Amino acid sequence: MSEPAKDRRKERLDRGIKVRTDGIYAISHWTEIAYLLTPRLLFIVGLLLAPVILIPFPYWQRVLSIVCIFALLAISFDFLANYVGLVSLGGALYMGVGGYSAALLNSHFGLPPLVTVPVSTVLGGAICTVLLLPCLPLRGVYFAIVSLMFPLLAGRIIEALDVFGGTDGIMGVDGFSSGWVEQYVLICSVLAAVFILRRMVSEDVGLVFTGVKDNDQAVKASGINITTYKAFGVFISSMLGCLGGACLAHIYMWAGISQFALDFSIIPIAATVVGGGGTLIGSVIGCIILVPISEFLRDFGTLRIAVYAIILTAFIVFKSEGIMMYGTRKYEQFERWVRI
Amino acid sequence: MEIIIYGIINSVTLALMALGFTLVYGVSRLPNFAHGALYVLTGYVAWMLMYRVGLYYPIAMVLSLIITGLVGAAMYQFVLVRIRGMAISEIIASYAIGLAILEGLRWGGLKGGTITLPPFVDGSIELIGVSVDYQRLIVVLIGVLLVGLLWLFVNRTKLGLALKGMAQDERAAMTLGIDSDYMAVVAMALGSVLAGIAALVLFPLGSIVVESGYNVLIMAVAVCIVGGLGSWNGAILAAFIIGFAQILTQVYLGAHYQVVVALVAIIVTLISRPSGLFGRQKELEERV
Repeated sequence: MSEPAKDRRKERLDRGIKVRTDGIYAISHWTEIAYLLTPRLLFIVGLLLAPVILIPFPYWQRVLSIVCIFALLAISFDFLANYVGLVSLGGALYMGVGGYSAALLNSHFGLPPLVTVPVSTVLGGAICTVLLLPCLPLRGVYFAIVSLMFPLLAGRIIEALDVFGGTDGIMGVDGFSSGWVEQYVLICSVLAAVFILRRMVSEDVGLVFTGVKDNDQAVKASGINITTYKAFGVFISSMLGCLGGACLAHIYMWAGISQFALDFSIIPIAATVVGGGGTLIGSVIGCIILVPISEFLRDFGTLRIAVYAIILTAFIVFKSEGIMMYGTRKYEQFERWVRI
Repeated sequence: MEIIIYGIINSVTLALMALGFTLVYGVSRLPNFAHGALYVLTGYVAWMLMYRVGLYYPIAMVLSLIITGLVGAAMYQFVLVRIRGMAISEIIASYAIGLAILEGLRWGGLKGGTITLPPFVDGSIELIGVSVDYQRLIVVLIGVLLVGLLWLFVNRTKLGLALKGMAQDERAAMTLGIDSDYMAVVAMALGSVLAGIAALVLFPLGSIVVESGYNVLIMAVAVCIVGGLGSWNGAILAAFIIGFAQILTQVYLGAHYQVVVALVAIIVTLISRPSGLFGRQKELEERV
């Protein structure tokens, strides 16, 4: 973007159609309805049709599943960071806990994947919440520091104590009955997560979450226990992460220490920043962009983490609003130069 | 006896790892998540300069320290200064830079094969019935020396006092003509150099691996949280507590459990004294 000249500035105005669709006139004409529905339907229908479109490319169908898993993690990070105010650098913890609990339920109790996934989602969410409970009184920076340690240490503790299969991990986990089940379970989860969370943050409880983020003293003064709400927020976000982890364990038919790996912490963060923090959909879009890049970079091994980190830094410094915010702005407003 | 001597060595090691982190955080309220990366970077650069370029060990060490200091300063000057004050972005950006350095190194040079720095002095010595190699003694010596020098620097020189002023009250320091951004750059460079010094004295004890970067970050953070972030005395005391706790668990419970010590220490501290051992009231309000 070029440097604006001194005697003029950019003025942004809402498009007429945007203003009309804000109110009751939204249903007055098909153009207005289309204006409102197009982006939303594009997203939903696009995601739902993606597995069908990708039929000729079985490899990319698998990539789509991975995209959805990362999208779940990214939504979880976005929600926790931008609505509850807890920056969790340890998304891999959710991943690992979900993966291990699904694998254990499946291999020890013989439950089918369609049972283990929901059970380990809730169970894993509860376990993560209990683990993170002592750290919840901490604010932003401090929580980030501690949450970073959890997945790193969890992997090492499993390695050191040789529990849950030690370094080999748990093998022989059942896969999903077919690729279609796998993909649609994940896609529906992503859509449901986005739908539910977007509504939740505008409800009363969402208001309290935002209050906890912006001014927790004020929330406390209103007689609301902030730790309870933070725990609730962590529970929701770790449930999403565990859902992703459980699905991953069933897709790879294996759960191991590498589920606590750094990829699962850094890619969702990068996706959220690239896609636009605080929009929830932005983080899904970020994943759709970043995870395929990761597949192309697979040959380079750990270099892709470095690439991510650089993309992440560049976006956070130069374009911190993210793609989603940028797109929304262009869709709803027009810009023009005005003389001062 | 063994417990005491190795406990002291381990504690000084931890203190060395944590000094740079606590300095940067104390002065500019910037959690430098690239700390571990700078640590590994120094070791790698020193190794490169010695074996690939063929410089003498001392020269390679000094040069690598200078390079790390410059990298740290550049990191602040070109990236972090733009997002100053946005806590989330600061964490993510510094962590991302650290990751880029670490994983880039893993890809570029630290894959497989072990590379090591030679110890300063070979051999070992009997100390009250315990055999200790010279390098470990040097670690303790340099650790103590560094803490002493830093104390003198912070309390006796103009630059150090300015840093201290920034740490105590940034706005008041600015009204007295202290350039906040300049000071932050200085602190960042100094913190990086401290991480580098720790790397140079500690790496001869093992091989240079990327994982040690994460390790150092975790330990530095653990020490700082237990001690109270930004507090020097606290950090040193916490280093001794965690250091001895680690050695004790290693001796009585087995080396497996050593990794858990740091986490338990953090959690116990957070539950019992949320602001850390030496945290002040102001920090308490900020953290909890």
